[in-house]
Amino acid sequence: MGLQRPALEAKISNLLSIPVVAGAAGALVVFALLPQIAELIREQLSANLSPTMAKLAATAIGVGAVVFLITQLPIFLIWWERKIAAHIQDRLGPMRVGWHGVLQSFADGMKLLFKEDIIADGADRFLFKLAPFLVVMGVFSAFAVLPWADGLVISDLNIGVLYVIAITSFGAIGILMAGWASNNKYALYGGMRSAAQMVSYEIPTAIIILSVVVQVGSLNLQDIIAAQQGGFGDFQNWFIFRAWGLNVIGFVSFFICGLAETNRNPFDIPEAESELVAGYHTEYSGMRFALFFLAEYGAMFFVAGVAVVLFLGGWSGPVFSGPLVFFLKILAIVFVQMWIRWTLPRLRVDQMMALCWKYLIPIAFVVLMGAAVLQVSGG
Amino acid sequence: MSTPRQYKDLEPDEAYAFKLEDLEEDEMILNMGPQHPSTHGVLRIELKTDGEIVKDAQPHIGYLHRNFEKHAENIDYQGIIPFTDRLDYVGSMGNSLSFAFAGEKLMGIEVNERVQSIRVLTAELQRIASHLLALGTYGLDIGAFTPFLHAFREREKVLDLFEWLCGARLLYNFNWIGGVSHDLPDQWTDRVKVFLDQFEPVIDELHNLLSYNKIFTKRTASIGIIPPELAIGYALTGPNLRGSGIKWDTRKEDPYCGYEKYAFDVPVGQGRFGPIGSCWDRYYVRVEEMRQSVRILRQAIEKLPPEGDVHETVPKRVKPKPGEVYARTEAPRGELGFYIVSDGGLIPMRVKARSPCFVAMSIFREIAKGEMIADMVAIIGSLDIVVGEIDR
Repeated sequence: MGLQRPALEAKISNLLSIPVVAGAAGALVVFALLPQIAELIREQLSANLSPTMAKLAATAIGVGAVVFLITQLPIFLIWWERKIAAHIQDRLGPMRVGWHGVLQSFADGMKLLFKEDIIADGADRFLFKLAPFLVVMGVFSAFAVLPWADGLVISDLNIGVLYVIAITSFGAIGILMAGWASNNKYALYGGMRSAAQMVSYEIPTAIIILSVVVQVGSLNLQDIIAAQQGGFGDFQNWFIFRAWGLNVIGFVSFFICGLAETNRNPFDIPEAESELVAGYHTEYSGMRFALFFLAEYGAMFFVAGVAVVLFLGGWSGPVFSGPLVFFLKILAIVFVQMWIRWTLPRLRVDQMMALCWKYLIPIAFVVLMGAAVLQVSGG
Repeated sequence: MSTPRQYKDLEPDEAYAFKLEDLEEDEMILNMGPQHPSTHGVLRIELKTDGEIVKDAQPHIGYLHRNFEKHAENIDYQGIIPFTDRLDYVGSMGNSLSFAFAGEKLMGIEVNERVQSIRVLTAELQRIASHLLALGTYGLDIGAFTPFLHAFREREKVLDLFEWLCGARLLYNFNWIGGVSHDLPDQWTDRVKVFLDQFEPVIDELHNLLSYNKIFTKRTASIGIIPPELAIGYALTGPNLRGSGIKWDTRKEDPYCGYEKYAFDVPVGQGRFGPIGSCWDRYYVRVEEMRQSVRILRQAIEKLPPEGDVHETVPKRVKPKPGEVYARTEAPRGELGFYIVSDGGLIPMRVKARSPCFVAMSIFREIAKGEMIADMVAIIGSLDIVVGEIDR
């Protein structure tokens, strides 16, 4: 019945998946112990280096760790998404490469790495090469302000929220650039749609974020989390449970905007494969294409992270606090994003715009006004 | 004799219906296909776009031309049947049935009751399989990936039944002039019953998953409107015609294979979410037709005569008298007819196929104007074209 795998091949791929699964489990342990590890490193650094150098080295280590995380995370997220999609669609998904296909993403990454790097005839070579880096840069630098635990953040900016809003728009430039430089009409359409979409959806996103800022009185992400600590079971004070349901509306709107900003279904209009072939990355292949992919999953994770920080208490979770809780909460939101992607059809471009300008922006303003009124009247 | 001009020999602007110098300032020509994910084969559509708005759309056909009608003039009658399978390659049973029916009319053969029942069984199973493919890919066109795989899961079960019946999963060569190639295997009808029992709830599942989805109805219920007069004017048939609210089904109006003995309804579009004749109406008609097919199948299993030789009336040599005949059947995509002219020889003098997809494609330009690029895909999908049948 069917194709039988050679026994040796099966054995090898199962053996190879042991380190991967062990690595994933190890990563969870590291996440749980992250504050202690960070404290240890900080002690060691301040004992051996001057204060300036120690701060510099700590930042460098933090950046390295986050970059490592974001580059490795898509490997897991892609496998996870394929598994979720498969089970929603009544099939098994990747099963061949490794135990339950855990090595599939590695195999795909390897394939992309070895593929020919094609630059289309008549493309603007410089912009074509630059575009994927801009997209990835926008996502990577956004992670700088994401707080993993109390005092565990690469850069504790006091205008962290503004930084988040500003740096996430970077991706739109890169995507527009990719669409323009490809010398392909489908890519151009994808780029234009993406630019229009991202610019529009930034407005309700920013207003919703502002409504939280009004309730906290600070632009610092750590302050926002600190304001949500305490209460019953450590989750009573989360913003989603406060302001008499106003913030629930805010959270849902923010989640929808997040889907749109990361170009996920039902807003995957810029790369609508049934209309625009592949949208802005039609002409990209190999590693450059992989960078767009990396950026998409990184952006998904980041938007979910911001949602958790603003509404779900960040790292101060129910029962216990720390980076592990933060990570798991983000994964829960990412799961909902994937679930929606594999369930809903895609909106049309004008409907997507109508949803933003006619519904989300007024709703966002109502939430902001409500939050302000509550804040003033409540003292 | 000069060699015919190849496509590659055309001047660049000869390949385009719209000329660059005719364009307005903001307009652009977008070439959709022949290699495009949603043109359901190798169909090329030339779009004159102004931003996202499509000002004009011109389909170019012929990329899948396989010379069916000329082939048919050089092969004996029974030999044409495998070629008819390849016209609408996802509804093969319906094609060969139509041709066999035409051949029998020409020869004056009356097939026995069992053959008729078997033909109804296979034709309706094929309708279910074909509509499942159409609906699944339509969901895919709109951006919903999951219904596609659910539909294909069910379609596989029908193909398994066909494989058991005649050994092939796609192109069956099952309906011969004067009979069918194989009698039903033992317990085949029981398995069909099992399939029907588990398939009927799937139709409701499809409704829940896709049909009444808010995004889906918003996307499809207000575009691609074909008013009833326009549908008749363009001679649309099948679900495309019924989507415009016209109750016309060849199985009812001009019964063949004993369809007059079966009780079934003809679902028509009602314009529930928008104007009548929209893409959603055509989609909905297909879903409801599957339900009717299930009804017909149940009756056909009940009425199946237990005895009968399926090769009883198959002629040794198909050599009709001079004359001409037109026979039509309700294929999954509409009225499929074959016009055959015989000069009394072993091979036909002329065979013309009246293909429902070709007719449906001709209306595309009319209804595509003024819609958006994303709607092009939705309209093509709702017309449910198969390029193999357009180009022939």
